[in-house]
Amino acid sequence: MAMKGRAGTALALLTTSALLAAGCSGGGDEAPAEDELYKNPVTLTWWHNASQDGPGKTYWEKVAKDFSGLHPTVTIQIEAIETNQLQRTRLPAALLTSDPPDIFQAWGGGEMREQVEADYLKDVTDQVKTEVGNIGSAAEIWAVDGKQYGLPYRMGIEGIWYNKDMFARAGIAAPPTTFDELNDAVNKLKAINVVPIALGAGDKWPAAHWWYNFALRACSVDTLKKASTEAVFDDPCFVKAGQDLKTFIGTNPFQPNFIATPGQNDPTSANGLLANGKAAMELMGDWNKGTLDTVAEDKAALAKFLGWFPVPAITGSAGDPKAALGGGDGFACAKNAPAECVEFLKYLVSPEVQTGYAATGTGLPVAKGAESGVADPALKSILEATSSATYVQLWLDTAFGSTVGNAMNDAIVAIFAGSGSPEKVVDAMKAAARK
Amino acid sequence: MTASNPTLNPAGGASAPPAGVRPARRRSSSRAAETRRKWYEIIGLTTPAVIVYVMFVLVPMGFAVYYSLFRWRGVGPPTEFVGLDNYVLAFQDPIFLDALRNNAIIVVGSLLIQGPIALGIALLLNRRFRGRTVFRLLVFVPYVLAEVTVGIMWKLILTDGGTVDALLRSLGLGSLVQAWLADLDVVIWTLLIVLTWKYVGFAIILLLAGLSNVPHELTEAAEIDGASWWQIQRHITLPLLGPTIRIWMFLSMIGSLQVFDVIWVTSVPAVRSLGASATMATYMVDNGFFARLWGYGNAVAVILFVISFVAALLFQRFLLRRDIQGAITGRVN
Repeated sequence: MAMKGRAGTALALLTTSALLAAGCSGGGDEAPAEDELYKNPVTLTWWHNASQDGPGKTYWEKVAKDFSGLHPTVTIQIEAIETNQLQRTRLPAALLTSDPPDIFQAWGGGEMREQVEADYLKDVTDQVKTEVGNIGSAAEIWAVDGKQYGLPYRMGIEGIWYNKDMFARAGIAAPPTTFDELNDAVNKLKAINVVPIALGAGDKWPAAHWWYNFALRACSVDTLKKASTEAVFDDPCFVKAGQDLKTFIGTNPFQPNFIATPGQNDPTSANGLLANGKAAMELMGDWNKGTLDTVAEDKAALAKFLGWFPVPAITGSAGDPKAALGGGDGFACAKNAPAECVEFLKYLVSPEVQTGYAATGTGLPVAKGAESGVADPALKSILEATSSATYVQLWLDTAFGSTVGNAMNDAIVAIFAGSGSPEKVVDAMKAAARK
Repeated sequence: MTASNPTLNPAGGASAPPAGVRPARRRSSSRAAETRRKWYEIIGLTTPAVIVYVMFVLVPMGFAVYYSLFRWRGVGPPTEFVGLDNYVLAFQDPIFLDALRNNAIIVVGSLLIQGPIALGIALLLNRRFRGRTVFRLLVFVPYVLAEVTVGIMWKLILTDGGTVDALLRSLGLGSLVQAWLADLDVVIWTLLIVLTWKYVGFAIILLLAGLSNVPHELTEAAEIDGASWWQIQRHITLPLLGPTIRIWMFLSMIGSLQVFDVIWVTSVPAVRSLGASATMATYMVDNGFFARLWGYGNAVAVILFVISFVAALLFQRFLLRRDIQGAITGRVN
């Protein structure tokens, strides 16, 4: 389902800075706390979303075992829970009790803001300075009002995954860099009887992401930031996004009956259309390589024809053409979790753990130094595009929180279905903010 | 049935049993002890069930009503009391009204479509013929399958260019092909057919059980009097099947009001969110959990409960009255 991920910008040198930090903190204010660390046996409960058997789940088991090996006083109890269940029911319910898990999946943005306001999370700003420096601006998504409450282990921007063979057959020389070129490519693909773009509107968010990208092009970075922190959606750029989307839908770039097409996970999904050569493009996040693989009839063919390019710019728009949409996965510690939780959090984003994570192929790492684990050419181009992006906007539904996000997605889907309007999207967002 | 057994009917103990039927009564002190013992027995045997019922039915219902009065997104305890605002919001939301309409379509549609089909098949399967057991098993298979399995299966069958489309085209009925799950005006009828396929087996089994209670002597007597098979069904079997049919209608109606899983799996989120295939239960989950409006979601749950409860009461009061007399409503006079 909503497996949103995204890959990191990375900055600092890891080993040296870690050594430096360790040297500094030795005589620092936190000395008493440091002494307490690893003195008493503690059990950390860890809730993550790698619930399906596979490299992701196995890797987290290994990481927990390795950490206990390094620090024998720490026992880690893992509970792997499917994303929707974890995010929508298990975690909110557990956080309401006096005994939440110590360390758990955190998606940042509006949800984290709400959790901080409810005083659920541990402020780790002082302890993770090194890690934040190494991760770079992506870490901001797990910060609220300048304070760090969690760290990402995976981050990626979205872009358009495409079929290179079909592009060549249609006579498209190079991947489009502007929307005019994209429209041109759509026409050329129609001319050779190919569905230009696969769209999984059935799951709502794959359709909503088109609107997000038009908003990113229409709105200034300041407007988007203000919308995330204050839930203010008065800027006309949000209506403009809907108008641009409507015009784009009007060119009929998608497969028929897209309103009932699921996004991923089965052969009839938008993923299935691209993976099996029935459509030429799909707008999707960095995790798409893995999900395309699971529905491909011929994985070798897929690996050969699959390419990736960033979402094209719109000429003459107010937004930053080098800005990109993205999102990721991270972890946060509960307010009353033991100090060892923060150490484990730091360990999870350390370059060695991150390199191993990248090698599992389940997502792009965030820490500098972990790039060597990325082998796939499409994923490499995402890493490059991410580091050259001037600003990474978190998925708008995550940034605005579930309530506004859900209402926004519903209203966008209505545009796709022909019953909505650009104004209604903004109205729905404002109404939901009051709900 | 005589109401004279004191262990079953304490009220009946007031009138003395006819002499000679039972041995002379023991003295009143031992009768009091027996009454006490009986009450211990009742308390001892019902307590576990009552505890479970209170903890897992009544208390959660009480909480649902309480939470429904708050504007609450599930973060921190509910603090913002808004009275009945959530209920007003629900009835102002066109999507919720769509969900109500869809539930009504499913309630009425299930009765009108499943009823005649189930009755016809049950009457046929009640006749003696070779392979009857196999057929009885076959019609019951869809009901035994898990809802999620059924949902995924139909989703694949009904997809664009899927089995249904191919079948229609090969029969030369290509003009009937629809976007079964994508056309917003068609999807609820598609789902009604899937639900019928899934649940008609249950109606058939119930009716077959009812048919086995129709005394053979009656039909035999009618046969001797020269009644045709149709006349026997019309004038003997159907009237005697009345209680079973009414019970099935009751169960079908309550199930249709609360239907969730098949709809949730077969119909994608976008089509639900547009109101085309939402039911009250899917609307509740979409809003309660996915939009994280916990207070609002609870209000929808309470509305769903009240509607089902009132429907159940009305049905019992007017249609099931004779059937359940003595069991729920008190003694037969």
